[in-house]
Amino acid sequence: MPSLPNDNRLLRDYEHGFVSAVEEELVPPGLNEEIVRLISRKKNEPDWLLEFRLGALRAWQRKTEPRWALVRYPPIDYQSIRYYAAPKRWTAGEGLDPEIVNTFERLGIPLDERRQLAGVAVDAVFDSVSVATTHQKLLEEHGIVFCSFSEAVQRVPELVRRHLGSVVPPADNFFAALNSAVFSDGSFCYIPPGVKCPVDLSTYFRINAAGTGQFERTLIIADRGSEVSYLEGCTAPMRDENQLHAAVVELVAYEEATIRYSTVQNWYPGDDEGRGGIYNFVTKRGECRGPRSRISWTQVEVGSAITWKYPSCILRGDDSVGEFYSVAFTNRRMQADTGTKMIHIGRRTRSTIVSKGISAGESVNTYRGLVQVLPGAEQARNHSQCDSLLIGNRCSANTFPVVESENRTAIIEHEATTSRISEDQLFYLQSRGVDPETARSLIVNGFCREVFKQLPLEFAVEAVKLLEIKMEGSIG
Amino acid sequence: MTDARPLLEVENLEASVAGKPILKGVSLSIRGGEVHALMGPNGSGKSTLSNVLMGHPDYEVTGGAVRLLGEDLLPLAPEERARRGLFLAVQYPVAIPGVTTVQFLKACVEAVRGREATKAAVFLRELRENARLLDLGEPFLNRPINEGFSGGEKKRMEILQMLMLKPRMVVLDETDSGLDIDALKIVARGVQRLIGPEIGVLIITHYERILTHLPPDHVHILVDGRIARSGGPELVRELEERGYDWVREPATAAASEPD
Repeated sequence: MPSLPNDNRLLRDYEHGFVSAVEEELVPPGLNEEIVRLISRKKNEPDWLLEFRLGALRAWQRKTEPRWALVRYPPIDYQSIRYYAAPKRWTAGEGLDPEIVNTFERLGIPLDERRQLAGVAVDAVFDSVSVATTHQKLLEEHGIVFCSFSEAVQRVPELVRRHLGSVVPPADNFFAALNSAVFSDGSFCYIPPGVKCPVDLSTYFRINAAGTGQFERTLIIADRGSEVSYLEGCTAPMRDENQLHAAVVELVAYEEATIRYSTVQNWYPGDDEGRGGIYNFVTKRGECRGPRSRISWTQVEVGSAITWKYPSCILRGDDSVGEFYSVAFTNRRMQADTGTKMIHIGRRTRSTIVSKGISAGESVNTYRGLVQVLPGAEQARNHSQCDSLLIGNRCSANTFPVVESENRTAIIEHEATTSRISEDQLFYLQSRGVDPETARSLIVNGFCREVFKQLPLEFAVEAVKLLEIKMEGSIG
Repeated sequence: MTDARPLLEVENLEASVAGKPILKGVSLSIRGGEVHALMGPNGSGKSTLSNVLMGHPDYEVTGGAVRLLGEDLLPLAPEERARRGLFLAVQYPVAIPGVTTVQFLKACVEAVRGREATKAAVFLRELRENARLLDLGEPFLNRPINEGFSGGEKKRMEILQMLMLKPRMVVLDETDSGLDIDALKIVARGVQRLIGPEIGVLIITHYERILTHLPPDHVHILVDGRIARSGGPELVRELEERGYDWVREPATAAASEPD
């Protein structure tokens, strides 16, 4: 394990920044039909999936990279990225490399059956492949399928085929097309009718290899009347280069089903000068396909050099509900352009948006949202609350809410605030014995409370701690 | 026998705000077990004194000294002063959205009295007991602190904080302003609970009313940044009868003499 200098301040700040010495199988850099065929072959995929990928590749080649987001970065050379990296011993069927077990151990995720986390089934993704999924037996008893995407293609091909690309079509946008062409692994989950998933499901994404991107694909299907809570965590080593993470997540909720999707995103954000860090260009979308279904996104975004992500809900079923709760914290030179889309199609569909942006350092933090009410969405309702908190005076916050309503019976409310941590608040806490650093983190946690209380308890505790660490030294 | 040393000593204190001198040499000495009242007209510098004592960054100390139990307070940050036993019930309590009263008090008590004092069972029992004394029901404890509270509720919340932090020296900055008679009684009850031979209290006020509930041993009248007169409780009645002009005149006369 290469050691990092102890006096590196970033080490304290980004404790997941280590690199694991795992021998990996890499494909040559570059993106073309041959690479796509190679990836598909390595995964022993059926023809329809290869066709899906090739179609996406052609769409991607016709598209240009979107530039409308309020983020700046030098052009990405897509031909210099490796689109597949997998630990060698694992692919050779020799079991888990102890170094990988170690890696996840250090990240606080034991993969060992006997010591696995209580109450959470974890799918561990290391670079391009899923290396382990815990709690299998319990899940199988309930008829729940929770496995790596590659495995799902073999085990339940019809379910995958019917849903893949049904929420995020392969040609949806530049990065979704890229992902659809080269996606390597990710998690698949199917909850049968009427089943309330007995544990939280979780995927932990780890980028390890240099010069690679991570292009995972997640598909969650909640059948009629079922319920599932899904957690996603991400980290990566500290590297001077930028690494691309272009994931696609699709959720499908049938009649009366509920999906809660929570993310704590802590990809490496780059150093003080803005060198290195992950480009997190992600398409996440859920469809409330059946009546009275519900999809709830909760995200805590504290990492990545650039975040470009809009977890959205298509509210097709009558009386379906979409929710988006977000905390996005940016520091140093980080840039975040994030928000949501709520598309109201069904009658009496309801959506709630709560977005809390916190900017510090020289970062840029943008909320971008769309609330769209289509003609048939009688009595649709939306409430949006977008608050920005500024720390210091070199950062910026922007809010771009767009509302398009084609139905007169819809009720849409939008509230937005921008504030600073006030000197009065700080002095008040200090006069009660609290030091300024603790005071700031208390104020920020209060600001995020509405979002944190949506998270499962352990995740909420984690989020509070993470935010505290991230805020250290953020005051100039 | 209590400590012969004064709890709080203020010596010739001078301070200014945005370059404008407000305090022009204030001296006070408060011992354990004593209640002092500081009165004075608007703009005389009463609130400046309380803010300077606590170390508010907007106020610049230009001369003099402040000691708490013999220790120089002026170089210390506000949180250090609080940890040494100084408490200021502020005139305008601040709301902190999303931070409940319990969370807020936990952070404060941990900072001032240490982690032991915030152990769940002990802390909550103490908190509930004090809240009951101040007629603050359970729902208050779980609401974000001072958010949407009425004036009287905010002032009672200040006293709750005081009781939880167990300070040695308490400054009440116009805590009585805007309180109805019932709320005033509750606030006085809270302060009475704390008062003891070890505790010093400085009540900054415009009105006699609070002083009937918390009778002072010493009364000072601040005029134009200086203590114009000090005396016993009889000074309060005299002031009520004759108004501030009575104390102001000699000071004004003295100031205009050089002309």
